[in-house]
Amino acid sequence: MRILFTILSAAITVMLCYTLNTNTLLPAPLGKLLAPQQGVWQNAEPVDVNFNEQIKLKGLQGAVEVQFNERLVPHIFAEYENDAYFVQGYLHAKFRLWQMDFQTLAAAGRISEIVGEKALPHDREFRRLGMVYAAEKTLEVMEADPVLKAQCDAYTAGVNARIEELTESSLPLEYKLIGYYPERWSNLKTALFLKYMSYDLAARENDFELTNALSYFGREDYRLLFPLHQDSLDPIVPGMFNNDSALKVMAPVSYDTLTPQETLVQVYDKPAPETGSNNWVIAPSKSTTGGPILCNDPHLGLNLPSLWYEIQITTPEFSTYGVSFPGSPAVIIGFNDSIAWGVTNGGRDVRDYYTIEFKDETKNEYLFNGEYLKTSFRYERIRIKDKPDYIDTVPYTVHGPVMYEASHQPRGQGDRAWAVRWTAHDPGKELKTFNLLNRAKNYDDFSEAVQYMQTPGQNFVFASRSGNIGIKTQGKWPAKWKEQGDFLMPGKDSTFMWKGFIPDALTPAQFNPERGFVSSGNQKPADSTYPYYLGMDYPLTRGRIINRMLNEITLAGVEDMKKMQTDNYNIFAEMAMPILMKYIQPQELTAEMQTYYQKLKEWDMRNEPDAEGMTIFELVWEAMNAVVYDDEYKDAPKVVARPFNTTLLEALLKDSAYKFIDNIETRRHETLEEIATEAFRKAYPKIAEADAGERLAWSKFKDTRVMHLARLEPFSRLHLPIGGGKHIINATTTTHGPSWRMIVSMGPQIEAYGVFPGGQQGNPGSRFYDWSVDSWVKGEYHPLKIINRSTERDPSIRWTMHFKPE
Amino acid sequence: MKWIITVLLTALLSFALCLFLPWWSIAIAAFLVALLIPLRPWKSFLSGFVALLLLWGGGAAWISVENNHLLAGKISELILNNNNPIVLILITACIGAVVGGFASLSGSLLRYSVHKP
Repeated sequence: MRILFTILSAAITVMLCYTLNTNTLLPAPLGKLLAPQQGVWQNAEPVDVNFNEQIKLKGLQGAVEVQFNERLVPHIFAEYENDAYFVQGYLHAKFRLWQMDFQTLAAAGRISEIVGEKALPHDREFRRLGMVYAAEKTLEVMEADPVLKAQCDAYTAGVNARIEELTESSLPLEYKLIGYYPERWSNLKTALFLKYMSYDLAARENDFELTNALSYFGREDYRLLFPLHQDSLDPIVPGMFNNDSALKVMAPVSYDTLTPQETLVQVYDKPAPETGSNNWVIAPSKSTTGGPILCNDPHLGLNLPSLWYEIQITTPEFSTYGVSFPGSPAVIIGFNDSIAWGVTNGGRDVRDYYTIEFKDETKNEYLFNGEYLKTSFRYERIRIKDKPDYIDTVPYTVHGPVMYEASHQPRGQGDRAWAVRWTAHDPGKELKTFNLLNRAKNYDDFSEAVQYMQTPGQNFVFASRSGNIGIKTQGKWPAKWKEQGDFLMPGKDSTFMWKGFIPDALTPAQFNPERGFVSSGNQKPADSTYPYYLGMDYPLTRGRIINRMLNEITLAGVEDMKKMQTDNYNIFAEMAMPILMKYIQPQELTAEMQTYYQKLKEWDMRNEPDAEGMTIFELVWEAMNAVVYDDEYKDAPKVVARPFNTTLLEALLKDSAYKFIDNIETRRHETLEEIATEAFRKAYPKIAEADAGERLAWSKFKDTRVMHLARLEPFSRLHLPIGGGKHIINATTTTHGPSWRMIVSMGPQIEAYGVFPGGQQGNPGSRFYDWSVDSWVKGEYHPLKIINRSTERDPSIRWTMHFKPE
Repeated sequence: MKWIITVLLTALLSFALCLFLPWWSIAIAAFLVALLIPLRPWKSFLSGFVALLLLWGGGAAWISVENNHLLAGKISELILNNNNPIVLILITACIGAVVGGFASLSGSLLRYSVHKP
């Protein structure tokens, strides 16, 4: 009997251990997760944690000292430059390993390995876009440059030195929760991370949607819906261009007669349309600090752990301070003791599609200039958790990889296939830009550095302590004829291919302009006199308000710049409100509606957190768009472009008898008065609903959040009471916004401030995880200081790490 | 007295083994101690149960206090949909206790089946 009990009891013990160690029966391996010595408890960082440490690592050349301030910002002092990147890699991995690993897995189309089959569409989309192909090509040229190779090698070695130290208990929290382990870092992963930024910033186009719009509406209406020029444009670089040196690009003769056929491809992933940025510099003549003041706030997805990691790098040659990307060496946006620099996204269309006609089902050959060319194939093996591997066979053509074909579309389109041509496929040494900027001393150094920036193309602003300011709209931009690449193009005709790239001499740029400032807010870089086609869809509004404010400034200091960078004035409403107020007929609204009409009328056109008028405005303008266009779009294809953000506004400002005002489903001819009043009525139920739910205040309605990368709500910061929005300098929408605000005065004394909605630690169990979120919400800044090692220990320093070679 | 020593020894050995081995080595520790120190099976179950209840509960509570319950709050929200660090500490303690209890019981029963008292 006792033997039986013994066996039974032992069996229960083993079963308990097994069950609690796996998720076969439980939703999570609770024993493993909650074991105090190994599980998630180990990630609960003591609030009085001590980061002082002596660390010996193989691979270092000399000693490196890292001083951390109270926000856990490291100031790295290295005797050898590459040791600084080694330690940067080590610190990125110590504080942000899961995020950098996860983002490079996403870039490489490998998410299925950790979450299973549901990520297969994402993985296939990224593989077929050629992300890995592009990263491999980029790695080749990066490693051919001895300086970059040494920099990347040191960084990779530093990341791996940290990975090797990891134990079951020191593993970052997310690995424990999801149940997998980090992989060794490599230079390819750095290249993949940089390609991921290209995807985020330079993969925006709507070629399928515009093609469908053109074939559905016909040329005349298409042009009205998608005008070539924006009337209220205030370009980044105003003035005429000398076009003599321009490479002539002309549309193929067959272009005019070509009617694009309708496509039904559904595009899975699209980079968010809200990414954008502001930057500007005021010249010393407008500044109270004795030097130029540079301001920059890149608007990206708001995530935790933050995209940015603040850092100071000091080598025998230079000292630079700013924000870095966990995943890449160097400082990306920042300043050194001679210059400061910042970026906004160029936003031009650098991704086009070509229709491929294969000879037969084998796809071995495709038509090109009347001949059949051989296809090459790339086999993408996608590992899937708990499932057999998926092999995606991707045909490559002269244009690039075939991204969409029958096998990769929710609704099969028979034998039609589209290859993608993307500048990010071309190998580039983008990292060199930052390597050189970190040590740049003047405008010449800056100009040389930014020339390496191909994709994602950026508008770089510059300020130097010697008092110079400048801007360059840098990138590898295809020289396009009018409308080239707005629609799908025939892949069999070489005359439709890109003919070359815009020469650097024609890069819109300014150096010490007379107006005393340079600026960009993602608007079109130049006006219609520019010799190349620049596309149609650019945000107008932030650029206009920034330039207006900068023009009005006679003298401004750092505090004025802080106020401007967090300003909530709505210039879009300034243009649109007169239309609404002129045409809405309040006497035709019910009494309940009139209360809200009154609130709208009294609104001061500022997107402050408590502004109710803004919520009403947003809903009424949304309804206005619907009332004007929905009738025309009723039978349009599902994948179709809607008019851009400011198109309706500009059309109504110009013409109160705009063609699309008329509801084509009625016999009558509607007037703008009727349409505007109808829009208010249509918006009313949503306004009333928001009010009833106490969400009429703009920040409540907008509901800004900073989400954890794996979308885990408890690790996110939700319902943030912040104003701003689309068209606003403080461009904080629900999920996007100023991911880093920086202000640098390059006077006799460098004075710099910055803040990002996150913290230095990636560990959700640390108080440094979301350290600065509340300051960011309130529009507060932290001082940014280049610390000199030789002086007395700076009062902001709390901990020191000493690295020595083993 | 013997019971208290058993509890302490189980907790101590569990802690020591977990420095090098995975979490389920607590079962080995509880089993071995019960095999070495003769106790009636139900008393033995209780010793393993209490030892791990204290070790895991105490360990988790200590860590959580040092952390101002920041992580425990988030994890309990994730697992229990409710920000409640105390419940997470109790769950942790109970998981350790149940495993420890059954492992001790097995050790004690094995000892009894080999040497009859």
